[in-house]
Amino acid sequence: MTKHIKIIEYALSSLLRRKYKSFAIIVAFSFTVAALASVLFLTTALKIEASHVFASAPDLIVQRTTAGRHELIPVDYAETIRNIPGVGAVHCRYWGYYYDALTEANYTVLGVKGDQDTLTLLDGRLPRTSGECAVGAGTAWLRHAESDRELILVNSQATGVVFDVVGVFRSESSLLSNDLVVLTDDGIKDFLGFPPDRATDIVVEVHNSNEVQTVAAKIKRFFPDARPITKSELIRTYDMVFNWRSGMMLTVFSAAVMAFCILAWDKATGISAEEKQEIGILKAIGWDTSDVLALKFWEGLIIAMTSFFVGILTGFAHVFFFDAAILASVIKGWSVLFPRFHLVPQINAYQVFVMGFLTVTPYVASTVIPAWKAAITDPDTVMRG
Amino acid sequence: MIKSTLFIAATVLEILCLSFVFVYTFSIDKAHFRSGLPAKRELVSHLILTDFAIWTEARYTRHPSQADFFSPFQDFPSSFEHFPAGSIIAPVAAGTMPHDETYQDN
Repeated sequence: MTKHIKIIEYALSSLLRRKYKSFAIIVAFSFTVAALASVLFLTTALKIEASHVFASAPDLIVQRTTAGRHELIPVDYAETIRNIPGVGAVHCRYWGYYYDALTEANYTVLGVKGDQDTLTLLDGRLPRTSGECAVGAGTAWLRHAESDRELILVNSQATGVVFDVVGVFRSESSLLSNDLVVLTDDGIKDFLGFPPDRATDIVVEVHNSNEVQTVAAKIKRFFPDARPITKSELIRTYDMVFNWRSGMMLTVFSAAVMAFCILAWDKATGISAEEKQEIGILKAIGWDTSDVLALKFWEGLIIAMTSFFVGILTGFAHVFFFDAAILASVIKGWSVLFPRFHLVPQINAYQVFVMGFLTVTPYVASTVIPAWKAAITDPDTVMRG
Repeated sequence: MIKSTLFIAATVLEILCLSFVFVYTFSIDKAHFRSGLPAKRELVSHLILTDFAIWTEARYTRHPSQADFFSPFQDFPSSFEHFPAGSIIAPVAAGTMPHDETYQDN
């Protein structure tokens, strides 16, 4: 133990002699680990959030497709679906998109029944009449549409419509409601010009969750042009969108991994003449090969462990304390309205262990292996280069 | 021995910080289950929301779970993907994609 403490002391002195190089490696290594950790934390938190939050999504959503594309669905489909055994409440959903030429943003316009007045995450109340609306935090910010102000939108007849803003969704719900403009069902039908017998889709409640697939199959049989989407598919979509194969993971992850590979490759392909000379001198004054290897092992471990901890903690702070500010600008795309990620922190030992194994081990190995090659060579030959 | 003592102390501090992160995550998660999550679920169930409002640039990025069969190449056959978010979000695995599900009548 004492021997290893002394070797650590020597390794630290050796690293401090090359302090600029050591510092540069720690910065690059920490940055790589932080990038990997940020992506992993962000995607994991989003996946878990989706599985928790969308657990209260409807059991089945029935769309209609024509020529492979989403079409408005006849409202009388709802009556037939209601008569299927095991089916509970069935109602039509009215929603659509609105392109705001003023701000060049897209809003999601949603209709509600108007039977509930307020929600926990809503400051104000939900609309009760066609002339009222509630908006997401992003929409409110972009259009300066705070509560008790007006929001002017252009309807399907190209006429400006004035809505009184009666509620604004709190920023905690931005991930779900950032771009929303909530109107009443009647309000949205008038505004977007829905034909009287059409809705966007139909929401179906199934009493027994084990019967969802059966009900979906029956709907498909009754209406071959229908496309039932189950709750489990909805959650699975997010599982797949943010899995390790996703573009988000691949783009950021692969860049970080490439940077790390270059770093490790540089180390593994050889050590500097100065380091070789140092190994030669150590051997000449009586160090064993095992001592030299222990020294190089500790040198590698000091750098890798420090960078790993700094990287993991930076990644965590970046995603959960700074709302993934840097990563968000990478994944923002062309979205004018982009929510702030107020995510619930998620970390597990498996992730940390895998990241540690994939970053610390190769670096330590790439430090020890070339040193071993130098250490087993005759000290005189090594010192002469 | 000063340097090695400092290094060991710094490493112990880093391990303690990481342990704190685990404890912090656990406590926040419990608090979220008690207060934050029911409010979000109320929002989802009342407004019947199906997707996160992350990418608002195209229909299939705003509502990935509700997108057309043909998205993201939905504008015309073989068209190029032109929204950046389309390359950020993953394609749904062939064979297991929600759209592709064939409902067997039992």
